Amino acid sequence: MDWFPLWNSLRIAAISTVVIFFLGIWAAYGIAKLPRLVKGVLDVILTLPLVLPPTVVGYLLLRLLGPKRPVGLLFLQLFDTKLVMTWWSAIFATVVVAFPLLYRTARGAFEAFDEDLAYAGRTLGLPNRTVFWRIRLPACREGILAGTVLAFARALGEYGATSMIAGYTPGRTATISTTVYQLWRTDNDALAFRWVLVNIAISAVVLLAVNFLEKRDKKRVRKGAAA
Amino acid sequence: MSLSVDIRKTLGAFHLDVSFGTDGDILGLLGASGCGKSMTLKCIAGIERPDEGRIVLNGRVLFDSAAGIDRPPQERRVGYLFQQYALFPTMTVEKNVRMGVLRLPKAERDAAVDAMLETMQIADLRRKYPRQLSGGQQQRVALARILVNRPEVLLLDEPFSALDAHLRDRMQLEVMDILRDFGGDSLLVSHDRDELYRMTDRIAVYNDGHIDALDEKHALFKDPKTRAAATLTGCKNLSRVADLRHENGRTYFTAADWDLALSVAGEREGAFVGLRRHYVELADGPEDGNTFEMEIVSVAEDPFEFIVFLRRPGSAAKPLAWTVSKEVYRALPAGRLFLRLPDAALMLLRE
Repeated sequence: MDWFPLWNSLRIAAISTVVIFFLGIWAAYGIAKLPRLVKGVLDVILTLPLVLPPTVVGYLLLRLLGPKRPVGLLFLQLFDTKLVMTWWSAIFATVVVAFPLLYRTARGAFEAFDEDLAYAGRTLGLPNRTVFWRIRLPACREGILAGTVLAFARALGEYGATSMIAGYTPGRTATISTTVYQLWRTDNDALAFRWVLVNIAISAVVLLAVNFLEKRDKKRVRKGAAA
Repeated sequence: MSLSVDIRKTLGAFHLDVSFGTDGDILGLLGASGCGKSMTLKCIAGIERPDEGRIVLNGRVLFDSAAGIDRPPQERRVGYLFQQYALFPTMTVEKNVRMGVLRLPKAERDAAVDAMLETMQIADLRRKYPRQLSGGQQQRVALARILVNRPEVLLLDEPFSALDAHLRDRMQLEVMDILRDFGGDSLLVSHDRDELYRMTDRIAVYNDGHIDALDEKHALFKDPKTRAAATLTGCKNLSRVADLRHENGRTYFTAADWDLALSVAGEREGAFVGLRRHYVELADGPEDGNTFEMEIVSVAEDPFEFIVFLRRPGSAAKPLAWTVSKEVYRALPAGRLFLRLPDAALMLLRE
């Protein structure tokens, strides 16, 4: 069994989760502060990939990044590299598709944040940066953590947009989900089933890890009570 | 030690327009909720921005719209105690207090935190999280975090409203000690006149965005000057004034709502008259000067006193409330009842 699709899926999911983490927090925090109308419009645009079929996202990305399209062409001329049909092309797809999951949970957490905590930090002389990273973000960590894991899981399972923008090249762009489809299509049912099991195992581990982290968090608080 | 505030801010239909100063003393801001007391504190702390005006703390200009100065909260050196204390929920008591010393040199931080935890008697709570503490403990942690930061002024926003009644009395005493030790200017916001009377030197009465009265607390309670200030300082008996005239150095008028003809010494003016319900006196019989025969309309019993509602026999006027001890009430004469509204207790008030 060639393990490349596992490795490829994991690195795509990991990189896009990092990108989504910062992008999602930045967008959620920035948008929570905007006036209501602008907030509504941006919110729709950023959440749209959640409800659009992944093939529509893939289509739109190809129109933007394809070698004959504006961004793709510019990139090709500047760096002599195509933005599509490489392993990392899939990152564009997974970032766009999984982004709303983190963005929405993080925004909910930011909006529920008690602003007095930030004011308290600022009157104590803490720089705004410190207030954000040490007070606001930790207070919202449950929502952000949940969103991050969901985004990772979604990125790991992305199929539609990924297959359109990165294609399926064994050993180069194959991911678990595109491999399962290819194996099934070519009547290799036994191997497809193995990959299905692998995928289920990874997803289960990820979800278990979240539960473990949450429990440890609560335990730490209880231990403090006994001290 | 001084703070001077002169600010205006409009928020929708609400206008804040206040001006006051402190001089090393404790000033109370008294008013109903939504009257602008908390907004004033937030403007001083730099959390809210006034539309215009000037705020100066110990000679440092914190805000001056004309000069384009608006110092960020970090540079104002203001200790702000929030209503719900705003302890950082993800940090232990010790870490919360430590956030107050981050601007001190590294070498001094540990000692400053330890000393403050001792002073506030929260050293044994240092590893606990805020949600594990009682309301009183949370308040002490919040005060420790503020004081360790060495602010130049303390702003306390309804500091006892989140506490149970029995805890409130004890924390008031503790906080009074803390304010005395602090020694700088302090502003205390509350809607509780008793609390402010106990804890402050002077009181500013807020009414819908402006200060109705600002005076030394004894003087304010004795002569609130305006109807709003009288009500907020707990005056329960209020009547419109009619037919006011001056004669032989006295002021004669009719308390229209009570249907009583009254007089007070001096040539005074006022659209309303107020009388605190403790100050009605029992008279032996018909006398000169604000003494009337009254009948009891109704009686309410409190744990340690009665509140008796009175008016002229046969009248349909608004009853006067009289707070009377249980002994005096039980010994009231069986027949006709005469009561005196003492000259000095009648407060003539502006609208």
